Amino acid sequence: MTLLFHRYFREILLALIVTGLVLAVGARAPVFLSIESLNGVLTDTAILAMMALAQMVVILTRGIDLSVAANLALSGMVVALLSEQAPDLPIFATILVATAVGGLLGFANGALVAFVGIPPIVVTLGTLAIYRGLVFVVSGGRWISSDKMAPAFLAFPHKTLLGLSTLVWIAALVAVAMALFLGRTRVGRGLYAVGGNPVAARYCGIDLGLQELLVFTLSGAVSGLCGYLWVARFGIAYTEIALGYELSVIAACVIGGVSIGGGIGTVTGTLLGALFLGVVVNALPVINVSPFWQMAISGAVILAAVVINARAEKRGGKLILPEARRAAAGGLS
Amino acid sequence: MLATAIASPAERDIGDIAPLLSLTGVSKRFPGVRALHQASLTLRAGEVMALVGENGAGKSTIVKILTGLYQPDEGEILIEGRPFSFASPRDAWAAGVTAIHQETVMFDELSVAENVFMGHMPVVGARLVAWGDMRARTRELLLRLECDIDPDTPLKTLGVAQKHLVEIARALSHNARIVIMDEPTAALSAREIDDLFRIVAQLKAEGRAILFISHKFEEIFRVADRWTCLRDGEQVGQGRIAEVTPAELVRLMVGRSIDQVFPKRPVPIGDLALEVEDLSNSTEFADISFTLRRGEILGLYGLVGAGRSEVMQCLFGLTRPTRGTVRVGGKPVTFPSPAAAIEAGIAYVPEDRQVQGGVLQLGVRENTTLASLTRHVRSGVLSRGSELADTRRLGTRLAIKAAHWDQRLQELSGGNQQKVVIAKWLATDPKILILDEPTKGIDVGSKAAVHEFMVELAGEGLAVVLISSELPEVMSMSDRILVMHEGRIVRAFEREGMDAAAIVTAATGGS
Repeated sequence: MTLLFHRYFREILLALIVTGLVLAVGARAPVFLSIESLNGVLTDTAILAMMALAQMVVILTRGIDLSVAANLALSGMVVALLSEQAPDLPIFATILVATAVGGLLGFANGALVAFVGIPPIVVTLGTLAIYRGLVFVVSGGRWISSDKMAPAFLAFPHKTLLGLSTLVWIAALVAVAMALFLGRTRVGRGLYAVGGNPVAARYCGIDLGLQELLVFTLSGAVSGLCGYLWVARFGIAYTEIALGYELSVIAACVIGGVSIGGGIGTVTGTLLGALFLGVVVNALPVINVSPFWQMAISGAVILAAVVINARAEKRGGKLILPEARRAAAGGLS
Repeated sequence: MLATAIASPAERDIGDIAPLLSLTGVSKRFPGVRALHQASLTLRAGEVMALVGENGAGKSTIVKILTGLYQPDEGEILIEGRPFSFASPRDAWAAGVTAIHQETVMFDELSVAENVFMGHMPVVGARLVAWGDMRARTRELLLRLECDIDPDTPLKTLGVAQKHLVEIARALSHNARIVIMDEPTAALSAREIDDLFRIVAQLKAEGRAILFISHKFEEIFRVADRWTCLRDGEQVGQGRIAEVTPAELVRLMVGRSIDQVFPKRPVPIGDLALEVEDLSNSTEFADISFTLRRGEILGLYGLVGAGRSEVMQCLFGLTRPTRGTVRVGGKPVTFPSPAAAIEAGIAYVPEDRQVQGGVLQLGVRENTTLASLTRHVRSGVLSRGSELADTRRLGTRLAIKAAHWDQRLQELSGGNQQKVVIAKWLATDPKILILDEPTKGIDVGSKAAVHEFMVELAGEGLAVVLISSELPEVMSMSDRILVMHEGRIVRAFEREGMDAAAIVTAATGGS
């Protein structure tokens, strides 16, 4: 038991903090603890959770994807226009198109990083602007409102199964798939190696370029999927949707224990990080904090969480003394 | 048959079995340096071939070519007579070649099993990693090495020797026909070295070919069947171990029979420059106490990973100790940063000159004045004339070979780069000079120059700390030797009591 505690210390701590936060807010405003309210928090967090998981995969390999929100907007606008032009398109096809568009945009990022050798931050900073601009070009600056979208298109995110919204179920599916990918496939484990020590990964025969292509395409695909879900959920598509959202996504990852230096991060941690942000954002209006303060408080909370995480990581120094190694192994061997 | 016909004319053993692997006429250039020139090497099944040569002779380049990390500019690689080209490490594995590299290239955050099988994990179905199988096979490989580490242990909690055993397990996990070992015993104790040689014997019996690279002659003569010698990128000789002596090998390696280390001349020992008491840090070293006098050269010996650099980095202000006192010139000091240490007259020439010592994109002058820029400020602006004067003075004194003083550091040879780094620290007028592996990876000529220089500096009243993993160097240069093991000083030796066997025993944790 102590073994598990040491290994998953960060996740356990985060889970306790999130629970504590929910209870604290609930004490102030009991309505927050109602089923509808908690369900609302989960639904609200679903998209953030999926985007954060996709971002985690990129950060694991020492990269970063700043274009995710623009990707979401562009993919969302494309399927909204599609729904306007072809209202009888089945939902399954819509989701496929959104994911494919997003994946293609992500592939473009990956190609620039892997084949041209430009650092990810520079590439995605550029595509962030390009994709956002393309939303305007594709829509002609119009807003696509819900009356232009097919009823089936709009209804999907609002369906419920066993009391939980489809958004939550899709997020759960993505989380399980990600956990399987990272924990149980060679390529997935290889990502941790690429981020942890790229030189050693190369020595092990891992093709770094291919990995980069893969993670950016994956990140793009998930952004595309979330593009449809966002547009359908809020019933509106316009150039500025999810503006600046990439920062919340990255914040969720960092709070969840994903290291910006690469090689460290877990699915559970990232989900908790997204949940933490979701709770904070939902809790502030409930306890009557003015919207002007909300952004500042969110930001402060994110900084605090990041600092705590960073200090935990920095407990560095090489483990040379035998007593130090034993302490770090914490109960093992 | 075809392979022996292409083999070098020096090969007179016609009655031998055909080679398993042969390199012929292999060359490799890098900007500014000729790493390999028409080099040849032959490995036979069931044989251990020792590859000897000075640092910079081309041994690591051959390893990197054989493992698919570099591609040769010219030449052929033949395996059982068929030509092969290795575009990547995977090609090398497919051809049956694996290596234990000199630099441990491992993943600290991952477990032992993941480190052993990264890149070739066993799978179930077509995609999912077979964790159980992977763990079992890892345990099996570790047991072969008489090591009972749990395969799920995170690598960063292991000691350096254990990490090295994991690396050996990784090489064995490929079940290769050709196993390359590049300085495999650097971090191992005597018992672990015996285990390694037992494995080598086993591999030989299984008909594999082993390329053994080491600069420790006791090991070469103990385990190898044949030898090949490289010097300055060319093959200068090869033959059977039974037919050669260590002295002959040294002569071939160096090109002349010299006592390659410049022995320390006795120099007047002055007052206390540095006193350290109970210096400790929570994870890297503990209870470090020693004194250093002006004119002294203090040798700090130990295996790789013993904590020597970490102690000096703490003295230099790069890290903070949790306990202990340090006195410079009698006054207690604490260094919150290297700037403070430099102010107090301490200079630290780091181990990895390319990563910690020099800025490769900058020129010789800019590198030389980097730590002493405040001395060249005239009316708020840097004076290039003043910088050049200092650079010229130190450059001449150290015999730095550069086309001009603004030539970029990356274009210089390793030896000259090291001289520039040393020049930078001398420009700060230090009273205490700490040299961390100053002659690692540089040619013989520069090595001798650095040694001569150290003695000169000691003669001028500097106090010098020499961290080195080369026993002959440390023994002939030091007035006293401190041996470290796993973060603590385990023994001290005076000049009269220096005994190679005792020093090595202490360094590996024995008594």
